[in-house]
Amino acid sequence: MEPEKRNPDPQVTQRPESGTKSEAKQGTVGVEQSSARPETANMAKTDERKLARVSRRELLKLAPVVVLGAFAIPKWQESLLKKGLEFSDWASARMFRRGHAAPTFSDSEVVPFEKFPINDYDVDDPGVDLENWKLSVSGSVKKPGEYRLAQIQSLQRVRQNTRHVCVEGWDVIGRFGGARLSDFLAMIGADTSSGFVTVACSDDYYESLDMATALHPQTLLCYEMYDRPLTREHGAPLRLNIPTKIGYKQAKYLTELKVTNVLEKVGYWEDQGYSGFYGV
Amino acid sequence: MGSTVVEITRTRGDETEVIGRAAYEHPLVVRICHLVNAVSLFVMVGSGLQIFRAFPSFGAKIPQKDLLNWPKSLAIGGWLGGALQWHLTFMWIYIATGVVYLAYQIFSGNYRQVLFTRRDLPGIWPMVRHYFFFGPKPEAREAYNPLQKHAYTTVIVLGVLSVLTGIAIWKPVQFSWLAWLMGGFHWARLLHFGIMWLMLAFVFGHLVMVVIHGWNNFVSMLTGWKKDPEY
Repeated sequence: MEPEKRNPDPQVTQRPESGTKSEAKQGTVGVEQSSARPETANMAKTDERKLARVSRRELLKLAPVVVLGAFAIPKWQESLLKKGLEFSDWASARMFRRGHAAPTFSDSEVVPFEKFPINDYDVDDPGVDLENWKLSVSGSVKKPGEYRLAQIQSLQRVRQNTRHVCVEGWDVIGRFGGARLSDFLAMIGADTSSGFVTVACSDDYYESLDMATALHPQTLLCYEMYDRPLTREHGAPLRLNIPTKIGYKQAKYLTELKVTNVLEKVGYWEDQGYSGFYGV
Repeated sequence: MGSTVVEITRTRGDETEVIGRAAYEHPLVVRICHLVNAVSLFVMVGSGLQIFRAFPSFGAKIPQKDLLNWPKSLAIGGWLGGALQWHLTFMWIYIATGVVYLAYQIFSGNYRQVLFTRRDLPGIWPMVRHYFFFGPKPEAREAYNPLQKHAYTTVIVLGVLSVLTGIAIWKPVQFSWLAWLMGGFHWARLLHFGIMWLMLAFVFGHLVMVVIHGWNNFVSMLTGWKKDPEY
Protein backbone atom coordinates (compact mmCIF):
# COMPACT_ATOMS: atom_id res chain seq x y z
CA MET A 1 0.00 0.00 0.00
CA GLU A 2 1.30 3.42 -0.87
CA PRO A 3 1.83 5.83 1.95
CA GLU A 4 -0.79 8.52 1.88
CA LYS A 5 0.21 11.76 0.21
CA ARG A 6 -0.13 15.18 1.75
CA ASN A 7 -2.35 17.53 -0.12
CA PRO A 8 -1.14 21.08 0.36
CA ASP A 9 -3.58 22.93 -1.84
CA PRO A 10 -6.81 21.14 -2.59
CA GLN A 11 -8.16 24.11 -4.57
CA VAL A 12 -5.63 23.96 -7.40
CA THR A 13 -6.93 22.12 -10.41
CA GLN A 14 -5.09 23.59 -13.40
CA ARG A 15 -2.96 21.27 -15.50
CA PRO A 16 0.67 22.24 -15.94
CA GLU A 17 1.21 21.26 -19.61
CA SER A 18 -2.05 21.08 -21.48
CA GLY A 19 -3.76 24.45 -21.39
CA THR A 20 -7.05 24.07 -23.18
CA LYS A 21 -9.49 21.40 -23.90
CA SER A 22 -8.87 21.66 -27.63
CA GLU A 23 -5.30 20.55 -27.19
CA ALA A 24 -6.58 17.49 -25.37
CA LYS A 25 -9.06 16.83 -28.15
CA GLN A 26 -6.24 16.79 -30.63
CA GLY A 27 -5.02 13.65 -29.10
CA THR A 28 -2.99 14.84 -26.21
CA VAL A 29 -4.49 12.60 -23.71
CA GLY A 30 -3.61 14.13 -20.38
CA VAL A 31 -3.55 10.73 -18.71
CA GLU A 32 0.02 10.97 -17.60
CA GLN A 33 -0.47 14.44 -16.20
CA SER A 34 -2.33 14.78 -13.00
CA SER A 35 -3.50 18.03 -11.50
CA ALA A 36 -0.88 20.51 -10.30
CA ARG A 37 -0.07 18.63 -7.13
CA PRO A 38 3.51 17.58 -7.59
CA GLU A 39 3.37 15.09 -4.76
CA THR A 40 0.53 13.26 -6.40
CA ALA A 41 2.11 13.15 -9.84
CA ASN A 42 2.69 9.45 -9.55
CA MET A 43 -0.55 8.57 -7.81
CA ALA A 44 -2.35 5.56 -9.12
CA LYS A 45 -5.34 6.25 -11.29
CA THR A 46 -8.57 4.37 -11.46
CA ASP A 47 -11.41 4.86 -13.86
CA GLU A 48 -14.64 5.83 -12.13
CA ARG A 49 -16.47 2.83 -13.47
CA LYS A 50 -13.79 0.52 -12.18
CA LEU A 51 -14.01 2.19 -8.81
CA ALA A 52 -17.76 1.70 -8.86
CA ARG A 53 -17.30 -1.99 -9.65
CA VAL A 54 -14.70 -2.43 -6.97
CA SER A 55 -16.90 -0.62 -4.48
CA ARG A 56 -19.87 -2.81 -5.29
CA ARG A 57 -17.77 -5.92 -4.91
CA GLU A 58 -16.42 -4.74 -1.61
CA LEU A 59 -19.97 -4.09 -0.44
CA LEU A 60 -21.03 -7.57 -1.49
CA LYS A 61 -18.19 -9.02 0.55
CA LEU A 62 -20.12 -7.90 3.60
CA ALA A 63 -23.00 -10.19 2.66
CA PRO A 64 -22.07 -13.03 5.05
CA VAL A 65 -23.02 -10.77 7.96
CA VAL A 66 -26.63 -11.19 6.86
CA VAL A 67 -26.45 -14.60 8.52
CA LEU A 68 -26.87 -12.85 11.87
CA GLY A 69 -30.32 -11.89 10.69
CA ALA A 70 -31.41 -15.46 11.40
CA PHE A 71 -31.77 -14.39 15.03
CA ALA A 72 -34.50 -12.00 13.97
CA ILE A 73 -36.59 -14.67 12.30
CA PRO A 74 -39.20 -15.94 14.78
CA LYS A 75 -39.12 -19.44 13.36
CA TRP A 76 -35.41 -19.86 14.14
CA GLN A 77 -34.92 -17.52 17.05
CA GLU A 78 -35.85 -19.91 19.83
CA SER A 79 -33.69 -22.76 18.65
CA LEU A 80 -30.74 -20.47 17.89
CA LEU A 81 -30.87 -18.96 21.35
CA LYS A 82 -31.22 -22.41 22.87
CA LYS A 83 -28.11 -23.55 21.00
CA GLY A 84 -26.30 -20.40 22.10
CA LEU A 85 -27.14 -21.13 25.71
CA GLU A 86 -26.04 -24.73 25.30
CA PHE A 87 -22.72 -23.55 23.94
CA SER A 88 -22.37 -21.23 26.91
CA ASP A 89 -23.11 -24.14 29.24
CA TRP A 90 -20.58 -26.32 27.48
CA ALA A 91 -17.95 -23.61 27.88
CA SER A 92 -18.94 -23.16 31.52
CA ALA A 93 -18.47 -26.84 32.22
CA ARG A 94 -14.98 -26.55 30.69
CA MET A 95 -14.24 -23.60 32.98
CA PHE A 96 -15.30 -25.42 36.12
CA ARG A 97 -12.34 -26.47 38.24
CA ARG A 98 -12.95 -29.32 40.64
CA GLY A 99 -10.26 -28.22 43.07
CA HIS A 100 -11.00 -24.50 43.03
CA ALA A 101 -12.73 -23.29 46.16
CA ALA A 102 -15.32 -20.56 46.13
CA PRO A 103 -14.24 -17.61 48.27
CA THR A 104 -15.19 -17.88 51.92
CA PHE A 105 -15.74 -14.98 54.26
CA SER A 106 -15.28 -14.01 57.87
CA ASP A 107 -18.23 -14.03 60.26
CA SER A 108 -18.31 -10.23 60.21
CA GLU A 109 -18.93 -10.25 56.45
CA VAL A 110 -21.99 -12.46 56.72
CA VAL A 111 -25.33 -10.63 56.42
CA PRO A 112 -27.60 -10.76 59.45
CA PHE A 113 -30.02 -13.68 59.22
CA GLU A 114 -33.03 -11.36 58.75
CA LYS A 115 -31.36 -9.90 55.69
CA PHE A 116 -30.93 -13.24 53.96
CA PRO A 117 -33.69 -13.18 51.34
CA ILE A 118 -36.24 -15.93 51.00
CA ASN A 119 -36.89 -16.77 47.38
CA ASP A 120 -39.51 -19.34 46.64
CA TYR A 121 -41.35 -20.40 43.55
CA ASP A 122 -44.63 -21.43 45.07
CA VAL A 123 -44.90 -20.86 48.82
CA ASP A 124 -42.44 -19.93 51.52
CA ASP A 125 -43.45 -22.90 53.61
CA PRO A 126 -44.79 -26.00 51.85
CA GLY A 127 -45.70 -27.56 55.18
CA VAL A 128 -43.07 -30.25 55.37
CA ASP A 129 -43.74 -32.93 57.98
CA LEU A 130 -40.42 -32.54 59.75
CA GLU A 131 -41.11 -35.38 62.21
CA ASN A 132 -41.44 -38.01 59.51
CA TRP A 133 -39.19 -36.52 56.91
CA LYS A 134 -37.02 -38.86 54.83
CA LEU A 135 -34.81 -38.45 51.81
CA SER A 136 -35.68 -41.04 49.16
CA VAL A 137 -32.52 -42.15 47.41
CA SER A 138 -32.57 -44.00 44.11
CA GLY A 139 -30.69 -44.51 40.87
CA SER A 140 -27.14 -45.80 40.35
CA VAL A 141 -26.42 -46.36 44.03
CA LYS A 142 -25.61 -49.47 46.03
CA LYS A 143 -27.84 -48.50 48.96
CA PRO A 144 -31.04 -46.96 47.70
CA GLY A 145 -33.91 -46.33 50.08
CA GLU A 146 -34.99 -43.81 52.64
CA TYR A 147 -32.52 -41.84 54.73
CA ARG A 148 -33.37 -39.93 57.85
CA LEU A 149 -31.85 -36.58 58.77
CA ALA A 150 -29.91 -38.16 61.64
CA GLN A 151 -28.03 -40.34 59.17
CA ILE A 152 -27.03 -37.31 57.13
CA GLN A 153 -26.07 -35.49 60.31
CA SER A 154 -23.85 -38.39 61.33
CA LEU A 155 -21.50 -37.43 58.49
CA GLN A 156 -18.83 -34.85 59.18
CA ARG A 157 -20.40 -31.40 59.49
CA VAL A 158 -18.94 -28.57 57.43
CA ARG A 159 -19.78 -24.94 58.11
CA GLN A 160 -18.96 -22.30 55.54
CA ASN A 161 -19.52 -18.57 54.98
CA THR A 162 -20.08 -18.30 51.25
CA ARG A 163 -21.67 -15.97 48.73
CA HIS A 164 -25.11 -16.88 47.44
CA VAL A 165 -25.56 -15.32 43.99
CA CYS A 166 -29.06 -14.97 42.61
CA VAL A 167 -29.60 -14.95 38.86
CA GLU A 168 -31.49 -11.70 39.34
CA GLY A 169 -28.21 -9.98 40.15
CA TRP A 170 -28.22 -9.67 43.90
CA ASP A 171 -26.09 -11.68 46.27
CA VAL A 172 -25.69 -12.22 49.98
CA ILE A 173 -23.03 -13.83 52.08
CA GLY A 174 -24.56 -16.40 54.38
CA ARG A 175 -23.48 -19.04 56.83
CA PHE A 176 -24.36 -22.61 55.96
CA GLY A 177 -23.73 -25.95 57.60
CA GLY A 178 -24.24 -29.54 56.56
CA ALA A 179 -22.68 -32.70 55.23
CA ARG A 180 -20.61 -32.79 52.09
CA LEU A 181 -22.69 -34.19 49.28
CA SER A 182 -19.62 -36.20 48.27
CA ASP A 183 -19.62 -37.86 51.70
CA PHE A 184 -23.30 -38.68 51.37
CA LEU A 185 -22.75 -40.09 47.90
CA ALA A 186 -20.09 -42.36 49.42
CA MET A 187 -22.50 -43.36 52.17
CA ILE A 188 -25.14 -44.42 49.67
CA GLY A 189 -22.60 -46.16 47.46
CA ALA A 190 -23.22 -43.88 44.52
CA ASP A 191 -21.69 -44.61 41.15
CA THR A 192 -19.77 -41.36 40.76
CA SER A 193 -19.04 -42.08 37.13
CA SER A 194 -22.66 -41.22 36.49
CA GLY A 195 -23.37 -37.87 34.95
CA PHE A 196 -25.78 -36.28 37.37
CA VAL A 197 -27.35 -36.03 40.77
CA THR A 198 -30.97 -34.95 40.63
CA VAL A 199 -33.21 -33.79 43.44
CA ALA A 200 -36.91 -33.27 43.95
CA CYS A 201 -38.56 -31.10 46.58
CA SER A 202 -41.75 -30.98 48.58
CA ASP A 203 -42.94 -27.84 46.76
CA ASP A 204 -42.60 -29.59 43.37
CA TYR A 205 -39.37 -27.75 42.63
CA TYR A 206 -36.66 -29.94 41.14
CA GLU A 207 -33.02 -29.57 40.15
CA SER A 208 -30.00 -31.42 38.80
CA LEU A 209 -26.26 -31.19 39.31
CA ASP A 210 -23.40 -32.33 37.15
CA MET A 211 -21.38 -34.95 39.02
CA ALA A 212 -18.21 -32.81 39.10
CA THR A 213 -20.06 -30.12 41.03
CA ALA A 214 -21.81 -32.72 43.22
CA LEU A 215 -18.40 -33.99 44.28
CA HIS A 216 -16.96 -30.52 44.93
CA PRO A 217 -15.91 -30.18 48.58
CA GLN A 218 -18.07 -27.11 49.15
CA THR A 219 -21.27 -28.70 47.84
CA LEU A 220 -23.33 -29.44 50.92
CA LEU A 221 -26.46 -31.26 51.91
CA CYS A 222 -27.24 -28.30 54.09
CA TYR A 223 -29.38 -28.62 57.23
CA GLU A 224 -28.19 -25.53 59.10
CA MET A 225 -28.04 -21.83 58.55
CA TYR A 226 -26.28 -19.54 60.99
CA ASP A 227 -25.46 -22.57 63.18
CA ARG A 228 -29.15 -23.35 63.73
CA PRO A 229 -31.35 -25.90 62.00
CA LEU A 230 -32.89 -24.58 58.79
CA THR A 231 -36.07 -22.65 59.33
CA ARG A 232 -39.08 -23.67 57.27
CA GLU A 233 -38.79 -20.70 54.93
CA HIS A 234 -35.18 -21.48 54.21
CA GLY A 235 -35.87 -25.06 53.19
CA ALA A 236 -36.17 -27.22 56.31
CA PRO A 237 -35.06 -29.82 56.95
CA LEU A 238 -32.60 -30.14 54.07
CA ARG A 239 -31.48 -28.01 51.12
CA LEU A 240 -28.54 -27.79 48.79
CA ASN A 241 -25.81 -25.25 49.39
CA ILE A 242 -23.55 -24.98 46.33
CA PRO A 243 -21.26 -21.93 46.36
CA THR A 244 -20.03 -22.83 42.86
CA LYS A 245 -23.54 -22.58 41.39
CA ILE A 246 -26.14 -19.91 40.88
CA GLY A 247 -28.83 -19.61 43.55
CA TYR A 248 -31.64 -21.40 41.74
CA LYS A 249 -29.65 -24.63 41.68
CA GLN A 250 -29.62 -24.72 45.48
CA ALA A 251 -32.95 -26.42 45.96
CA LYS A 252 -34.84 -26.33 49.24
CA TYR A 253 -37.13 -28.84 51.05
CA LEU A 254 -35.38 -31.84 49.48
CA THR A 255 -37.39 -35.05 49.42
CA GLU A 256 -35.70 -37.17 46.76
CA LEU A 257 -32.17 -37.67 45.49
CA LYS A 258 -31.19 -39.72 42.48
CA VAL A 259 -27.90 -40.59 40.82
CA THR A 260 -28.35 -40.96 37.10
CA ASN A 261 -26.85 -40.71 33.65
CA VAL A 262 -30.07 -39.62 32.04
CA LEU A 263 -31.64 -36.22 32.52
CA GLU A 264 -35.27 -36.12 31.58
CA LYS A 265 -35.78 -32.77 33.17
CA VAL A 266 -32.99 -30.40 34.11
CA GLY A 267 -34.54 -28.09 36.66
CA TYR A 268 -37.56 -25.93 37.35
CA TRP A 269 -36.04 -22.77 35.90
CA GLU A 270 -33.84 -24.47 33.33
CA ASP A 271 -36.79 -26.14 31.68
CA GLN A 272 -38.25 -22.68 31.17
CA GLY A 273 -35.15 -21.46 29.37
CA TYR A 274 -32.54 -20.69 31.96
CA SER A 275 -29.00 -22.05 31.81
CA GLY A 276 -28.66 -25.71 32.76
CA PHE A 277 -25.11 -25.65 34.05
CA TYR A 278 -24.94 -22.12 35.52
CA GLY A 279 -21.75 -22.53 37.45
CA VAL A 280 -20.41 -19.33 38.91
CA MET B 1 0.55 2.52 7.05
CA GLY B 2 -1.86 5.02 5.67
CA SER B 3 -4.71 4.52 3.28
CA THR B 4 -4.05 4.01 -0.40
CA VAL B 5 -5.12 7.15 -2.27
CA VAL B 6 -5.92 7.07 -5.98
CA GLU B 7 -7.13 9.55 -8.52
CA ILE B 8 -10.43 8.85 -10.17
CA THR B 9 -10.50 9.38 -13.90
CA ARG B 10 -13.33 9.72 -16.37
CA THR B 11 -12.91 8.99 -20.06
CA ARG B 12 -15.21 10.53 -22.62
CA GLY B 13 -14.13 9.56 -26.09
CA ASP B 14 -10.48 10.49 -26.32
CA GLU B 15 -10.47 12.66 -23.24
CA THR B 16 -9.53 11.40 -19.85
CA GLU B 17 -9.64 13.74 -16.92
CA VAL B 18 -9.15 13.38 -13.22
CA ILE B 19 -12.47 14.01 -11.59
CA GLY B 20 -11.59 13.33 -7.99
CA ARG B 21 -9.73 11.15 -5.58
CA ALA B 22 -10.54 8.22 -3.41
CA ALA B 23 -8.86 6.58 -0.46
CA TYR B 24 -9.11 2.94 0.57
CA GLU B 25 -9.52 3.40 4.28
CA HIS B 26 -11.08 0.30 5.75
CA PRO B 27 -9.98 -3.27 5.03
CA LEU B 28 -12.64 -5.93 4.74
CA VAL B 29 -11.92 -7.47 8.15
CA VAL B 30 -12.40 -4.11 9.82
CA ARG B 31 -15.67 -3.51 8.00
CA ILE B 32 -17.08 -6.92 8.82
CA CYS B 33 -16.07 -6.65 12.47
CA HIS B 34 -17.65 -3.21 12.59
CA LEU B 35 -20.96 -4.44 11.23
CA VAL B 36 -21.11 -7.58 13.34
CA ASN B 37 -20.13 -5.62 16.40
CA ALA B 38 -22.82 -3.02 15.79
CA VAL B 39 -25.39 -5.79 15.89
CA SER B 40 -23.81 -7.62 18.85
CA LEU B 41 -23.41 -4.49 20.92
CA PHE B 42 -27.03 -3.58 20.29
CA VAL B 43 -28.10 -7.01 21.55
CA MET B 44 -25.71 -6.97 24.50
CA VAL B 45 -26.91 -3.57 25.70
CA GLY B 46 -30.57 -4.37 25.12
CA SER B 47 -30.45 -7.73 26.84
CA GLY B 48 -28.16 -6.36 29.53
CA LEU B 49 -30.73 -3.74 30.42
CA GLN B 50 -33.41 -6.43 30.68
CA ILE B 51 -31.13 -8.40 33.01
CA PHE B 52 -30.59 -5.22 35.01
CA ARG B 53 -34.34 -4.84 35.38
CA ALA B 54 -34.40 -8.04 37.43
CA PHE B 55 -32.48 -6.27 40.19
CA PRO B 56 -32.08 -2.61 39.24
CA SER B 57 -30.03 -1.77 42.29
CA PHE B 58 -26.45 -1.76 43.43
CA GLY B 59 -27.34 -1.88 47.08
CA ALA B 60 -28.67 -4.53 49.42
CA LYS B 61 -31.45 -6.94 48.56
CA ILE B 62 -33.10 -6.29 51.90
CA PRO B 63 -34.11 -3.52 51.90
CA GLN B 64 -34.11 -3.11 48.11
CA LYS B 65 -33.82 0.42 46.74
CA ASP B 66 -34.01 0.55 42.97
CA LEU B 67 -31.62 2.87 41.22
CA LEU B 68 -33.43 3.27 37.92
CA ASN B 69 -36.56 1.85 36.41
CA TRP B 70 -35.54 1.00 32.86
CA PRO B 71 -38.55 0.35 30.60
CA LYS B 72 -39.08 -3.15 29.26
CA SER B 73 -39.91 -1.71 25.87
CA LEU B 74 -36.33 -0.45 25.55
CA ALA B 75 -34.82 -3.80 26.41
CA ILE B 76 -34.37 -7.11 24.64
CA GLY B 77 -35.56 -10.48 25.83
CA GLY B 78 -38.89 -9.80 27.47
CA TRP B 79 -37.96 -11.40 30.75
CA LEU B 80 -34.82 -12.37 32.67
CA GLY B 81 -34.66 -15.86 31.17
CA GLY B 82 -35.02 -14.55 27.63
CA ALA B 83 -32.55 -11.73 28.20
CA LEU B 84 -29.95 -14.14 29.52
CA GLN B 85 -30.33 -16.31 26.43
CA TRP B 86 -29.57 -13.33 24.21
CA HIS B 87 -26.79 -12.09 26.43
CA LEU B 88 -25.06 -15.46 26.91
CA THR B 89 -25.35 -16.24 23.19
CA PHE B 90 -24.23 -12.95 21.72
CA MET B 91 -21.40 -12.51 24.19
CA TRP B 92 -19.47 -15.12 22.25
CA ILE B 93 -20.03 -13.31 18.96
CA TYR B 94 -19.07 -10.03 20.61
CA ILE B 95 -15.89 -11.48 22.08
CA ALA B 96 -14.91 -13.31 18.89
CA THR B 97 -15.38 -10.14 16.84
CA GLY B 98 -13.24 -8.19 19.27
CA VAL B 99 -10.48 -10.77 19.18
CA VAL B 100 -10.51 -10.95 15.38
CA TYR B 101 -10.49 -7.16 15.09
CA LEU B 102 -7.63 -6.68 17.56
CA ALA B 103 -5.57 -9.50 16.08
CA TYR B 104 -6.07 -8.14 12.58
CA GLN B 105 -5.23 -4.58 13.52
CA ILE B 106 -2.06 -5.64 15.28
CA PHE B 107 -0.77 -8.18 12.79
CA SER B 108 -1.54 -6.12 9.70
CA GLY B 109 -0.15 -2.95 11.17
CA ASN B 110 -3.42 -1.26 10.33
CA TYR B 111 -3.77 -0.20 13.97
CA ARG B 112 -1.47 2.73 13.23
CA GLN B 113 -4.29 4.43 11.42
CA VAL B 114 -6.51 4.56 14.46
CA LEU B 115 -4.44 4.07 17.60
CA PHE B 116 -4.20 7.19 19.76
CA THR B 117 -0.61 7.92 20.74
CA ARG B 118 1.21 10.72 22.55
CA ARG B 119 1.88 12.37 19.20
CA ASP B 120 -1.84 12.98 18.87
CA LEU B 121 -2.18 14.88 22.14
CA PRO B 122 -1.51 18.38 20.75
CA GLY B 123 -4.15 17.84 18.10
CA ILE B 124 -6.96 17.17 20.58
CA TRP B 125 -7.75 20.70 21.66
CA PRO B 126 -7.90 22.19 18.10
CA MET B 127 -10.39 19.45 17.15
CA VAL B 128 -12.50 20.00 20.27
CA ARG B 129 -12.47 23.73 19.63
CA HIS B 130 -13.58 23.15 16.04
CA TYR B 131 -16.42 20.76 16.89
CA PHE B 132 -17.80 22.44 19.98
CA PHE B 133 -16.57 26.03 20.06
CA PHE B 134 -16.69 27.15 16.43
CA GLY B 135 -12.92 27.04 16.07
CA PRO B 136 -11.24 26.77 12.67
CA LYS B 137 -11.11 23.39 11.00
CA PRO B 138 -7.69 21.85 11.46
CA GLU B 139 -6.07 20.52 8.32
CA ALA B 140 -6.82 16.87 7.72
CA ARG B 141 -3.60 14.95 7.32
CA GLU B 142 -4.64 11.39 7.91
CA ALA B 143 -7.73 9.23 7.78
CA TYR B 144 -8.44 9.83 11.47
CA ASN B 145 -7.91 13.09 13.34
CA PRO B 146 -6.56 13.04 16.91
CA LEU B 147 -9.97 13.33 18.53
CA GLN B 148 -11.27 10.43 16.47
CA LYS B 149 -8.24 8.37 17.39
CA HIS B 150 -8.90 9.13 21.01
CA ALA B 151 -12.52 8.08 20.74
CA TYR B 152 -11.87 4.93 18.76
CA THR B 153 -9.02 3.86 20.98
CA THR B 154 -10.97 4.52 24.17
CA VAL B 155 -13.98 2.57 22.99
CA ILE B 156 -11.82 -0.48 22.33
CA VAL B 157 -10.52 -0.26 25.88
CA LEU B 158 -14.11 0.04 27.08
CA GLY B 159 -15.04 -2.99 25.02
CA VAL B 160 -12.33 -5.07 26.61
CA LEU B 161 -13.36 -3.87 30.06
CA SER B 162 -16.99 -4.67 29.33
CA VAL B 163 -15.95 -8.26 28.68
CA LEU B 164 -13.68 -8.53 31.71
CA THR B 165 -16.25 -7.07 34.08
CA GLY B 166 -18.90 -9.30 32.52
CA ILE B 167 -16.82 -12.41 33.07
CA ALA B 168 -16.18 -11.35 36.67
CA ILE B 169 -19.89 -11.14 37.41
CA TRP B 170 -20.79 -14.19 35.34
CA LYS B 171 -18.26 -16.36 37.13
CA PRO B 172 -17.14 -14.71 40.36
CA VAL B 173 -15.94 -18.09 41.65
CA GLN B 174 -14.04 -19.48 38.66
CA PHE B 175 -12.62 -16.00 37.96
CA SER B 176 -12.39 -14.89 41.57
CA TRP B 177 -9.01 -13.28 40.91
CA LEU B 178 -10.57 -11.11 38.19
CA ALA B 179 -13.40 -10.08 40.48
CA TRP B 180 -10.85 -9.33 43.18
CA LEU B 181 -8.90 -7.05 40.79
CA MET B 182 -12.05 -5.04 40.32
CA GLY B 183 -12.71 -4.64 43.99
CA GLY B 184 -15.09 -7.57 44.33
CA PHE B 185 -18.36 -8.80 42.89
CA HIS B 186 -20.36 -5.64 43.65
CA TRP B 187 -17.77 -3.35 42.11
CA ALA B 188 -17.49 -5.57 39.05
CA ARG B 189 -21.27 -5.35 38.58
CA LEU B 190 -21.28 -1.58 38.98
CA LEU B 191 -18.32 -1.17 36.63
CA HIS B 192 -20.02 -3.38 34.05
CA PHE B 193 -23.05 -1.12 34.19
CA GLY B 194 -21.04 2.11 34.12
CA ILE B 195 -18.90 0.99 31.22
CA MET B 196 -22.04 0.23 29.25
CA TRP B 197 -23.18 3.83 29.71
CA LEU B 198 -19.79 5.12 28.58
CA MET B 199 -20.02 2.97 25.48
CA LEU B 200 -23.52 4.28 24.81
CA ALA B 201 -22.19 7.82 25.09
CA PHE B 202 -19.57 6.90 22.50
CA VAL B 203 -22.19 5.36 20.20
CA PHE B 204 -24.31 8.50 20.40
CA GLY B 205 -21.38 10.78 19.57
CA HIS B 206 -20.23 8.42 16.87
CA LEU B 207 -23.62 8.37 15.14
CA VAL B 208 -23.87 12.16 15.28
CA MET B 209 -20.45 12.44 13.66
CA VAL B 210 -21.32 9.89 11.01
CA VAL B 211 -24.37 11.91 10.04
CA ILE B 212 -22.47 15.21 10.06
CA HIS B 213 -19.65 13.89 7.94
CA GLY B 214 -21.87 12.90 5.13
CA TRP B 215 -22.52 10.13 2.67
CA ASN B 216 -19.03 9.54 1.28
CA ASN B 217 -17.67 9.06 4.74
CA PHE B 218 -20.50 6.74 5.70
CA VAL B 219 -20.05 4.63 2.59
CA SER B 220 -16.34 4.19 3.32
CA MET B 221 -17.18 1.86 6.21
CA LEU B 222 -19.24 -0.25 3.82
CA THR B 223 -17.07 -0.42 0.70
CA GLY B 224 -13.75 0.57 2.21
CA TRP B 225 -13.39 3.46 -0.26
CA LYS B 226 -13.89 7.11 0.65
CA LYS B 227 -14.43 9.50 -2.21
CA ASP B 228 -12.82 12.93 -1.98
CA PRO B 229 -10.98 12.47 1.29
CA GLU B 230 -9.85 15.66 2.94
CA TYR B 231 -6.26 14.50 3.16
